[in-house]
Amino acid sequence: MSEREVGQRIGPRDEAEVVEAVRWALAEGRTLDVAGSGSKAALGRHIQTDLTLELKALTGVTLYEPEELVLSAKAGTPVAEIEALVAASSQMMAFEPMDFGPLLGRPAGGGTLGGLMACNLAGPRRPSAGAARDHALGVRAVSGRGEAFKAGGRVVKNVTGYDLPRGLAGSYGTLAAFTELTIKILPRPETVETLLVLGLDDASAASTMSAAVGSYYDVSGAAHVPADVAVRIPVVAGAGGAVTALRLEGVGPSIQHRRRKLEEMLSARGALSFLDAENSIAFWRTLRDVEPFALPEGGDIDTAKAVWRVSVAPMKGAAIGAAVRAVGATCLYDWAGGLVWIEMPDATPRTALVREAVAAVGGGHATLIRASAAARASEEVFQPLDAVTGALVKRMKQGFDPSRVLSPGRMYAGV
Amino acid sequence: MAGLVMPEPKADILARRAQIIADLRAIVPGEGVIDTEAEMRPFESDGVTAYRQMPLAVVLPSTTEQVSKVLAYAHANGIPVVPRGAGTSLSGGALPLADGILLGMGKFNRILDIDFANRTVVAQPGVTNLGITTAVAHEGFYYAPDPSSQIACTIGGNVGENSGGVHCLKYGLTTNNVLGVEMVLITGEIIRIGGQHLDSGGLDLLGLIVGSEGLLGVVTEVTVRILKKPETARAVLMGFPSSEAAGACVAAIIAAGIIPGGMEMMDRMMIHASEAFVNVGYPLDVEALLIVELDGPEAEVNHLIERVGEIGSGLGCMTLRASTSEEERVAFWAGRKAAFPAVGRISPDYLCMDGTIPRKALPEVLSRMEQMSEKYGLRCGNVFHAGDGNLHPLICYDANKPGELEKAEAFGADILLLCVEVGGVLTGEHGVGVEKRDLMPSMFDETDLAHQQRLKCAFDPDALLNPGKVFPVLHRCAELGRMHVSGGKLPFPDIPRF
Repeated sequence: MSEREVGQRIGPRDEAEVVEAVRWALAEGRTLDVAGSGSKAALGRHIQTDLTLELKALTGVTLYEPEELVLSAKAGTPVAEIEALVAASSQMMAFEPMDFGPLLGRPAGGGTLGGLMACNLAGPRRPSAGAARDHALGVRAVSGRGEAFKAGGRVVKNVTGYDLPRGLAGSYGTLAAFTELTIKILPRPETVETLLVLGLDDASAASTMSAAVGSYYDVSGAAHVPADVAVRIPVVAGAGGAVTALRLEGVGPSIQHRRRKLEEMLSARGALSFLDAENSIAFWRTLRDVEPFALPEGGDIDTAKAVWRVSVAPMKGAAIGAAVRAVGATCLYDWAGGLVWIEMPDATPRTALVREAVAAVGGGHATLIRASAAARASEEVFQPLDAVTGALVKRMKQGFDPSRVLSPGRMYAGV
Repeated sequence: MAGLVMPEPKADILARRAQIIADLRAIVPGEGVIDTEAEMRPFESDGVTAYRQMPLAVVLPSTTEQVSKVLAYAHANGIPVVPRGAGTSLSGGALPLADGILLGMGKFNRILDIDFANRTVVAQPGVTNLGITTAVAHEGFYYAPDPSSQIACTIGGNVGENSGGVHCLKYGLTTNNVLGVEMVLITGEIIRIGGQHLDSGGLDLLGLIVGSEGLLGVVTEVTVRILKKPETARAVLMGFPSSEAAGACVAAIIAAGIIPGGMEMMDRMMIHASEAFVNVGYPLDVEALLIVELDGPEAEVNHLIERVGEIGSGLGCMTLRASTSEEERVAFWAGRKAAFPAVGRISPDYLCMDGTIPRKALPEVLSRMEQMSEKYGLRCGNVFHAGDGNLHPLICYDANKPGELEKAEAFGADILLLCVEVGGVLTGEHGVGVEKRDLMPSMFDETDLAHQQRLKCAFDPDALLNPGKVFPVLHRCAELGRMHVSGGKLPFPDIPRF
């Protein structure tokens, strides 16, 4: 395999070939960018590696037992394939993984299961159902030592050893390359409706969402779309102002009961409207993929408006919005106000402003999602770590990938 | 201690005991350091009373600063530390070491913040699991994970063990309900992970800390999310002529898209033992009893309870009762909740096992356990968290009969190996601790365990935190670094298995 050259893609077809590729890189002193289909290549810090380890040829669902609520698939299996398969049994990945394609100027539906887990994707159902890591049951992977290992299992209740499947979720390929994953699958709700509260400002929306999510009525999505963003979402553009959306999912009789109760509870807060099942599905998908801030397919990320994803306590989101609006940014709130999507007025990320706003509300995570390669190379993309935690993360990297072969620097400089 | 080998106590530490105790007293003054045999006795074991060991000393700090100084001192002097919450571990996770400090976190018993608008509680680690729910119940909220020891077990211990409970299929384990921790590393350094916000970018250190059984650090503060208590809960009691039929009913409920708040199964022996104890009207002519609880908005619960009943009837259930009042629902559960003490009445001693299996393997596992029961000559009853496949066989024995504990332990190990064989795991919620430590190689090969230990090495390279737990052999971190697999062959393919 000595004919491998810098800039090439290595496309292993099974775990043994992944092991071989990593050992080759170790022996040759080469670095590898761990990728699935490459749909999220523009996510994380901008790094340059010698070669790309492309896992998209490791495909196939290896186990799916709907009655056991479990699915295993090779890491390169397309997410779209898994979604279609489980939908046929009226099931779903309950964490509602977002599709980064639209935000990053890529076609929708391009991601793989390994990429989904490596980036710990989640969606509007995150507050009630968790993120990808909450559904990671088991993993097979190859560490930067060129060793294949497994962790976890295929059952939902398992405390045997450290929860490495969870720890590796969200590690962006910097500790190990996934080869196969086992995840929890759940029943898909029979139907869905969305109650809309119209015309609220960000702060009133936060308290309205808090009341709704803190009620008996099982709200499985709570988002606030300010007026300037609502006009970009077809199914709510006609509302003529801001919309605060509360999603109800489940069986028909339950939804009717809950909607009535919520209407009683919230009618004093603003005019009410609602979205039926079809429009609800369209609305929450648009919101999940942050389509109002999408970059047209093939668009240039280097010149696109910078986008941030900020996670704070739900009642603190509006303060983040206020801070960035002062420089002309546009915002969108999910997770009952705790997830703030920010689109800057231009390509400049204004990192200090965002980090200060997060610190001012008592802390959280701000991640620079869309920015030029230059900005993502020079600035911290993830929430910066304090010195002690940073040293700990470095020691973890040292344990799993001591030669820094796998996507070095993708998450943190020097890691 | 039947056959349990713990790390050899270091003679030099034992020799320095008086000096160490004096040094610890300088950090934690007054009654915070306990060194007399009589006062240390309550700490010699946890929920697994078959294993006992007196520690070097017991330290009961009351501030994060004291924890930090104690750990820094232990680190500087090479002294092992065993953290302990309420001592309710069912895997020997808080078993002391003769040359180790037992660090009791009981004085960290305050709730620091309740935030209903953001739906979070910040608690010190010594607050009980139920204490959190009690503190927020007046606003209709609760903390979801509910291990059966919730009246006594602490939230710090729950973080250490990633505790579950009967509701975790729907509401998740501890790891799905913890948002942040403050933790002291063995160096004495203090880190904060997470907070009031949901997770976002970055490595999930929190997810690794939860369930790490006290081997990575000592948690001094925990932020959890709280949920609104469901408006209604109702339960259905269904009796079946066979465990296969009951298992088929569980599968059919889930296949119908219903995720009950709780779904428990009991076998004939447990039904009879519980009914004799609490007299709640369980049917005695059935082989398997299923309790299915639906919770949520009233309209939904009433709708689903009918569907569950229809599914049960279609699969041949012999008795079907849906609760019509809160008293009746509680009565349905009373027998299940009394299962362990009920066995205590019919057997002088019992071992409670904790494997998880794919649900479809239940009939095979039950019939093979029956064969094992005959082979060992010991009775065994079963309660089963049917929704998530977590099996709790209760092996009856008499510790006063020579060799019977050893027999019960061997029976238990056979059951856990069977769980692994059918695609399950050694422990669903009780933890590995010392109890299942030596069975780890049945589930993980040397390379798998080496990767877990590399995490340990990043946090605690000198292996001072809770040594002798979880890992059958704790390699020195430097040796681990050199280990390499060549040609796909493991370096030690024949490590002992039992």
